[in-house]
Order: sequence, then structure tokens, then C-alpha cells
Amino acid sequence: MNIVFFQAAFFLYFIGAGVSLAHLVTLRPGLARIGRGFLAGGLALHSLAILWRIFESGRTPLTNLHEALSFFAWATIAVYFLLHFKFRLEVLGAFVSPVAVVLMVLASLFPKEIVPVEPILNSFWLPIHVSLAIIGNAMFALAFAAGVMYLIQERQIKSKKIGVFYRRLPALQVLDDLNYRCLTLGFPLLTLGIITGSIWAESAWGTYWSWDPKQTWSLITWFIYAALLHGRLTVGWRGRRAATFAVVGFFFLVFTFLGVNLLLSGPHGFK
Amino acid sequence: MEIILIGLSHKTAPVEIREKFCLTKDGVAEVLDRLRGISGIREGIVLSTCNRLEIVAAGEGREAEEADLRSLMAEMGRMRPGELAPYLYSYQGGEAVGHLFRVASSLDSMVLGEPQILGQLKEAYGRASDCKATGLILNKLLHRSFSVAKRVRTETKIANQAVSVSFAAVELAKKILGELEDKRVLVVGAGEMSELAVRHFISQGVKEIFVTNRTFSRAAELAEEFNGKAVPFEEFQRQLAKMDIILSSTGSSRYLVRREELTSVIRMRKNRPMFFIDIAVPRDIDPKINEIDNVYVYDIDDLEGIVEVNKEERQKEVAQAQGIIAEGVKSFSQWQRGLEVVPTILALREQAEDVRRREVAKTLALMKNSSEENRKLLETLTTSIVNKILHHPISMLKHQEERGHGRLYTDMTRKIFHLDPEEEEEPVTHE
Repeated sequence: MNIVFFQAAFFLYFIGAGVSLAHLVTLRPGLARIGRGFLAGGLALHSLAILWRIFESGRTPLTNLHEALSFFAWATIAVYFLLHFKFRLEVLGAFVSPVAVVLMVLASLFPKEIVPVEPILNSFWLPIHVSLAIIGNAMFALAFAAGVMYLIQERQIKSKKIGVFYRRLPALQVLDDLNYRCLTLGFPLLTLGIITGSIWAESAWGTYWSWDPKQTWSLITWFIYAALLHGRLTVGWRGRRAATFAVVGFFFLVFTFLGVNLLLSGPHGFK
Repeated sequence: MEIILIGLSHKTAPVEIREKFCLTKDGVAEVLDRLRGISGIREGIVLSTCNRLEIVAAGEGREAEEADLRSLMAEMGRMRPGELAPYLYSYQGGEAVGHLFRVASSLDSMVLGEPQILGQLKEAYGRASDCKATGLILNKLLHRSFSVAKRVRTETKIANQAVSVSFAAVELAKKILGELEDKRVLVVGAGEMSELAVRHFISQGVKEIFVTNRTFSRAAELAEEFNGKAVPFEEFQRQLAKMDIILSSTGSSRYLVRREELTSVIRMRKNRPMFFIDIAVPRDIDPKINEIDNVYVYDIDDLEGIVEVNKEERQKEVAQAQGIIAEGVKSFSQWQRGLEVVPTILALREQAEDVRRREVAKTLALMKNSSEENRKLLETLTTSIVNKILHHPISMLKHQEERGHGRLYTDMTRKIFHLDPEEEEEPVTHE
């Protein structure tokens, strides 16, 4: 049953992304709201899907790649709405919703069956560690979207070639603020995710840190975002450099999230 | 009755001709007066701006009317009619309506989509109605033109982008810096264009204006005008780090701000973005400054380039605007046709018959023993009531048509009996 809700949510996200992109192209004022309506409907169904899966599996549904990617997509849309009420950027949806759709596509490629989790990993740290890390990731997904928008807009204004995006994208300053806000929200979440993970590792495997590939890559990603936050707070990094960091950081994050699981082996992560 | 429009504009007449037709308030009143003296002309409006003079009139549609209007125009410009003829255009009926709608929607303006023309037209209408020169037809026509213009403005993007250099600069500033309320503007050198831009900035909420000029007294003067602060010219470079927008238009032959100086300024500002608007020729701001991150430099050519792009964007909206205008023309001519007496009488009869039939059917459905005889009686009774009630209004309409007041009475009748259900327009206030 949770799969039905998941697929319905996927469908609504897909339409929502399509309508949001149509808004970006046509700039017809009503379309942005309709797009958000679909995304909100998708979010509601997706929440039901997750709750249903908790009910059906009797545990936190964050143990395999399907579950994790699905939750990542859910968190991205949820965070988008949270930031929408603060920033009210009509075109943001067109940049964020495709990210969520891609995550949903990936989520539906992996086996969706509910399988029992290894008893050693079934602890109360599971929901805390994984959800903190993934909500942090969702924040960085938003920072990524803001970064892409910033880089496009900055290019347009700097080169003095006023193209199709100039009118469509918001002010540079606003995009930079959004980037900063996502960073200051995402970084503590990621940090807490890593700390809770190592506490859990201690209780499950008897060691806080074992340099398995997941841990190593998480730390690399953490350093990138730490450098960005440090640069912003002390020497006043902003603008293009901050946007580039947010974009590059997100690629590392995606690799840590997916690539490590699929390409490298280790005891960590999702099956 | 036929609508006639005659006029000249920047599209047909050079400024030497147009300036002869710049009317004062009293001049307009006089022309309106003369207009009504022309035989056959019932209503008139005179629109006079620096780019056009147009007379819109409602007449009986005789050929002499147009010729009379032409000679009135010639007299106004103190020219011979033959001399003026090549600069004039004239339209009748639907074409005149279409032209007026195009003018109101700013499709005929020198700067496509500029907003002033609608206000000017409202003013012209106000004057004419103050002089009691407008009546049923032109009242309707002008209200229609206002609502068509409003639709064009809101449904197309014809008025969306800045098409002047100073507006384009303000738009860019907002795209770079976001909200302008807490930003500081430094004006280097005083000139007409920078004054204009500063006014735009102030209207966007900028509160802190700084002015510097080689002659300090001039800077102080301008600063006072904008409620800003004057900065001595020797000092302004040291103050750069405080400024977000720098608007430069001096006559200096070399760069006032160089790249080397600015790298330290931007460091002091912790990379908070800066926007240089350089409208001086030769330029005041080293163009290489644009290469520094978070600093943007636009010179006059860059701004003109944006204005060009924006103008093209507006041009793309013309087709859609014309569609809206065509709809407006069609619905206006429908209204005009409705003013004929015969269709109005028919519509009135039809409506009454409709009501009668429905009510009879309702009553018959309630009657328990409705014999054929009863039904016939009921039909006769209701038909004769309807005929009796309509008799007077219909003969009144016919009678008034003979006296030449047909339109006024048909319009009233249509309103009282609600014969045009979709007719509803917002009232227009002219200030």
C-alpha cells in the first residue's frame, strides 16, 4: 500500500515540476501557484507513504536505498516549502522540483520490498542518525539549486548579455542570502548526523570511527561545507565563490550518498 | 451615427508641424466649442499631447463632416488645408474605434507601452465632458478604450521592461543588490541624466544619497535637493567602501576609479556587492573593474544595449495586444448596432414573450384540472397583459426615433430591461 502512495506522490511531483518549469518559461503568474499545489499534494501523499511504510514494516523505513532516496526527496520538497514561506521566490520551485523528481526516479529503481534489518543495526540511533543526515542533505540540495541560479544570473549580469534568465531569476543578493540560510541550517544537521552516526557506530561495532568509505567521504563533504561556512563568516566569501562551493559540495554529497554505496564496498550504508 | 477620428501624430508629422497643434486648456475648450458648431457633429473629444493631436467625434456620417473637421484642423494650425493634408490621417467607424484603442493602449506611442498616454486620454475625456461635449456614444467609447487599455497592460508584457537608460539602471541595481531601501547611492558629478536616475532610486526606497562634484557648492546644492549629504571631491574615493551604488557622470578625461584601488575597497567591504553606473563619456570608471568578483560596471553603451533588448521584448507583445483591441472593437460595434430601434423592439418583445411563456408553463403545471379551454384563456390573458404593458414603451421608441433621439432611448430601454446581460463596466474617474 505504501508503494501506491509513493507512486502517486511521484506522479504529482512530476506534474508539479513540469508546471513549475512551464512557469519559468512562460512567466505566467498563475502557473507557479499551480505547480506548488501539485508539489504540496505530492508531499502530502509522500508523507502518507512514509507513515504507511513505518506501520507496515514496524520500524524506521530508512534502511535501504529505496527508503533513503525516497526520504531524501521528501525532505527536499519539505525544506523547499519551509524556505518558500521565508523567501517567496516564484521560480525556485522550477529548480528544486527536478532535483526531487530525479531522487524519486532513483528511489523507484531500487528494490522496494520491506526486508528485515540486521538486529545489530536496529537501534534507536537509526532514525536519529539517518534522518538528521538526510534533512541536512536536503538543505544542501536547496543550496545547490540557489547556487545554480546564482551562477546563471551572475553570468548574465557580468557579461552584460541580458538573456532569457535575467528577468526570470531573482536578485543576486536574494540568491546569496538563500544559499547562506541553507548552509547555516544544513551544516549543523550534517554535523549532528556524523556525530550521532559515530556514537551509533560505537554501540554497534565498538568503535567511533573506522574510516570506512562512507565515513571518509562524509568527512570530505563536511570539510567542503565547513570551509564555505568559515569563509563566509570570517573573510566574507559570498557571491560566485559561495555559489560554486555549494554546487561542488553537492556533487560530493551525492557521491557520498549514492556513489559510495554503489561503487565502493563497506559495512556502512544501505543494502 | 458614425464615429470619425482625425488627427496627426509623431508618426505622420514632424515636430515643426506638431508644435503648431500644442493646445492650452482654453484652446481645447475653444476647439470643442467649434466642433459642436459643425453641422451633423453631436459629440467630440480633443486629445492634445506633445506627440499628437486627435479629434474624435460622433456625427451623422455625412461626407461634409470629415471635410469640415479637416478645415477646422487647418485653422487650428493656421495652415491651408492642402498644406496640412499630407500630415493628417482620418478614420471612420470601426477603424476609428480601433485607432483610439491602439492609442489608449500605447501601441501608437513613440515609446511602446509608455503609461502616460492613458492619463492624457482620461484628462481629454474629462475636459470634453466638463464642456458637455460628450454624450452617449463617446462616453461609451472612451470607457471602453480605458478598459481595453487596462486589459492590454495587465494581460500582455508590453509595459514590463525598462525602456529608458535610467530605469534600466535601477532595474539592474535591483537584480544585483535586491531590495534598495538600505542601500547607499553616491552621485559623482551632477548632470541631468544622473538626477533622473537618482529620482528613480529614491522612488525605489533609497534613503541615503551622497553627492560629490568638483565644485563643492554644486554638490551641496544637489545634495540638499535630494535630502542627501555632500562629499568633497577629494574625499569621495576614500568613502567608496561605504557605497553600494555609484552613479558617475563627470566630464573627467581619465578614469576616476581604477581597478587597483577597487580591489582593496571590495576587501574592506567583505565582498558586499557594488554597482557602478558610468554614464559619462569619456568614461569615469575603469571598465576592468567589472572583472572583480561582486563588482559590476555598466557604461552608457551597456545600458543602451539593455534598453534595446527590452524594446524588442515589448515589440513581441504587440500581436497579443492587437488581439485584445480587435475584441474590443468587435464588442463596441455590437453595442452600436444594438442602438438601432428595430432590434431593440424585437429584443424587448422576445424577452417579454420568454417570461410570459415560462410563467404560463409554471401555472399550468400547478393547475389540477387544466382543460384545453382554460389553457387558451390563460394564454390570451397573459398575451394581452404583455402587449398592453409593452405598447407604450414601443410606441415611444418609434416616436423618439422619428425625432432623432432613438439612440438615447434604445440605450435606456436596454439598460432598464437588461437586454444585454454581459454589459457591465467599471466607472472611470478622471482627475
